[in-house]
Amino acid sequence: MKNLALPLPRAAAILALAGFVVAFGPRPAAADGGDILIRNGTILTVTKGVIARGDILVLGGVIKAIGPDLAAPPGVRAVDAAGRFVVPGLIDSHTHIAVAGTNEGSEAITPEADVGAVVNADDASILTALSGGVTMVHTMHGSANPIGGPNVVLKMKWGRPSEELVVAEALPTLKFALGENVKQANRTVAAGRERRYPATRMGANAVIRRELEKARNYMARWDRYKKAAAAKNPPRTLVPPKKDLRLEVLAEMLRGERVARCHSYQATETLEFMGLAREFGFKIQCFEHCWEGYKIAGEIAAAGIGISGFADNWAYKMEAAEGIAEMAGYCARKGVLVSINSDSGERIRRLFNDAAKTMKYGGLSEDEALRLVTINPAIQLGVDRIVGSLEVGKQCDVAIFSGHPLSAYARCDMTIIEGRVYFDREALAREREAAAPAAAAAREVGGLQ
Amino acid sequence: MIRRTVIAAAIAVFVIAVAAGPLLAAREPGPAPAQAAPDKVLAIVNARIVPVVGPEISKGTIVVRNGRIEAVGAEAAVPAGAEVVDAAGLRAYPGMIDGCSSLGLVEISGVAATVDNQETGRINPQVRAIEAVRYDSMHIPIARSNGITAAVAAPSGGLIAGVSCLLRLDGWTHRQMVVEPAAAMQIELPGLRAARGAFAGRRSGPPPADGPALLKELRRIFGEARAYEKRRDAAAGNGLLALPEFNETFEAILPLLKGRMPAMIAVHGERDIRAAIAFVRDENIKAVFYGAEQGFKAAGEIAKAGIPVILGSLYDLPPVWEDGYDALYRNPGILAAAGVKIAFSSSSASLAKDLPYHAAKAAAFGLDRAEALRAVTINPAEILGIAATMGSLEKGKAANIVLADDDILEMRTNIRKVYIDGREVDHSNRYTELLDKFRR
Repeated sequence: MKNLALPLPRAAAILALAGFVVAFGPRPAAADGGDILIRNGTILTVTKGVIARGDILVLGGVIKAIGPDLAAPPGVRAVDAAGRFVVPGLIDSHTHIAVAGTNEGSEAITPEADVGAVVNADDASILTALSGGVTMVHTMHGSANPIGGPNVVLKMKWGRPSEELVVAEALPTLKFALGENVKQANRTVAAGRERRYPATRMGANAVIRRELEKARNYMARWDRYKKAAAAKNPPRTLVPPKKDLRLEVLAEMLRGERVARCHSYQATETLEFMGLAREFGFKIQCFEHCWEGYKIAGEIAAAGIGISGFADNWAYKMEAAEGIAEMAGYCARKGVLVSINSDSGERIRRLFNDAAKTMKYGGLSEDEALRLVTINPAIQLGVDRIVGSLEVGKQCDVAIFSGHPLSAYARCDMTIIEGRVYFDREALAREREAAAPAAAAAREVGGLQ
Repeated sequence: MIRRTVIAAAIAVFVIAVAAGPLLAAREPGPAPAQAAPDKVLAIVNARIVPVVGPEISKGTIVVRNGRIEAVGAEAAVPAGAEVVDAAGLRAYPGMIDGCSSLGLVEISGVAATVDNQETGRINPQVRAIEAVRYDSMHIPIARSNGITAAVAAPSGGLIAGVSCLLRLDGWTHRQMVVEPAAAMQIELPGLRAARGAFAGRRSGPPPADGPALLKELRRIFGEARAYEKRRDAAAGNGLLALPEFNETFEAILPLLKGRMPAMIAVHGERDIRAAIAFVRDENIKAVFYGAEQGFKAAGEIAKAGIPVILGSLYDLPPVWEDGYDALYRNPGILAAAGVKIAFSSSSASLAKDLPYHAAKAAAFGLDRAEALRAVTINPAEILGIAATMGSLEKGKAANIVLADDDILEMRTNIRKVYIDGREVDHSNRYTELLDKFRR
């Protein structure tokens, strides 16, 4: 049996490798300078209206001009977008893709567990994101813990090394979570093992408060130390406080250098977290999912907090059973900065479809709906100065759709980041065709259907 | 103990919430009232009629009497005394039919107390979805108000999951909703992802599921069921022969073997599809394939076998990466072009409303748009054997009519009115109730 078992993983590895090449094609060449001319498309700028037929000139990854009949310097690649729609690359404000590991769930408080430290540029989800016109994502720590860890903003530069994906300009964020996931309500506890604290919403609030108090205290100890150390004659016995990597992250947040992104479902827990933010003076940038946000839209809007939620993915657990497809549109109309997220390596490629649903259920206009997956998430991530709309001076992150992106019949044909083509549907189809014999051979080796 | 209390509390809250919901709501999304009197006639006028079967009528009338379509056409006369609905600016479509859902069987997928679609064990032909359909499921009015008027509610899991039913999405009880109490015997071969995951050593637990081996097991069970029937029938006609002990598995399978019910066989990979085609032929059963994610690799053979395909959710990644990122999206178009009769399914309860968008997604990747529309209307009706009464706007068929302000497969389109058997159904649902309740 043992001898038989050996070849299987090897065959699987060959198969996986072949599959990889066939599915995705060769990775893009290093740098073509980020120069491109996108011609004759219908341009949905998001912030500056619609240009029925126009060109976008990109040099060095940055949009240099938008208008009719632009000329490009010699040698610059031209992409014909006639009959197609050119839109800002879509931005997903809440995902867990392109990282090796999502949840440090062994403890309830893990602000030191930084998702940005484990970026995985080989995750196929990057390609699925690109295939739906998504150019930037906020990859977050999971929701296992009341205080998770720092998150990371990534561009979907398929084929580039991890460090090139990270968007340094983005606002530093920290993941918080409330409700069923953190109280582990849907988890079976192994026999003989204690249930993890917290197991209630009371407990979840209490541990967050405790950690915030600890962080405050930590900051005060450091302040005292620094003050004493800066004195003319510091006492000889002066020693610095012990460095605490957990509390350092919370201190960053309390100093305003990092914002909170909080996974919440129920109205009560959401309001209570807002209370903590007021009490401790930190900024909640966004509530995640926030399925009951429509019940307290006024309060959320008044506090200047955003929502990053689903279009209609609901009823998968008790706290998601009062989610309504009208949530995003209703809250947006109440003045909340709303984005639609995928939270999924699959839904991410139909983010534009999810945005369209807010027109039917939330009564949003085309323009408002498109904002939910472009400029609004860009604002939430603090990158609206560089992406999120098509404007001269911004980075050229663009998706080209076969039809209006809010049409169910639309297909993403090309995705461009900083003037470089990272997804080209036609080229991919040609490569797939060419690689078909190799794939067939790999299937033979693997012995799979 | 604490855990049990928490669960009990959660269930109690849910039960109370569900029970109290309708009392709190302004309007209760119950079934539509009967069309007032037999002599009462409904006439939908000035509609752009998309009958699905036959050419589109740019401006026409649909006359409904006794829940059935009496006339459709540009020239159809409005009978005297008819209730007239002016549908100017609207398109009239037949109600859509979901080829496979878990409507009425799953409320909140993560709350076990509300999940009734998956029986334990592997061989469960004796379980019947109709006996468990929660007729006041919160998901039904949401799907209905998006133009879906009938759906297969199917059990799932194991090798033989049970018997699905076909429901019209309106009625005071689940029995009133029945179109076909035994729509199909649900049989499930392993998904490609499960097979591959196990193969690559990524999963612990049972060995990889093997489609052909499972079909072999089915052949054995079917054979035993036939032998059982022979013994049983022989004993019935001859008091001297021993009457075999009652066997619920065989008894439940016999309607399938007798051709009184089709099998809906969930089959995914190319190899399993080929094996299943042979299985269906050899066992001489009526069959529909479900899923068929690699159907595009055997489209000609499926077409030749005359086996229709109910596609699984397109809200999924390709189970085999080398098929291409868009394999699931391209599959329906390739199958249809090869001559396979296809229908779409939501494969869901909470997102059953999204049925039309699966069709549109396939249309974005090569499926003819008209065929995409057929694949949520007349095709499922034909596959499920109810095309005489549903699936198109034709004289004599049930008046399942949807009035929409644009293309019914578009997400942004608003559904203005839905009729089931000529009755206008209530548009209120869980979404609208909650929004009304909390609107400030």
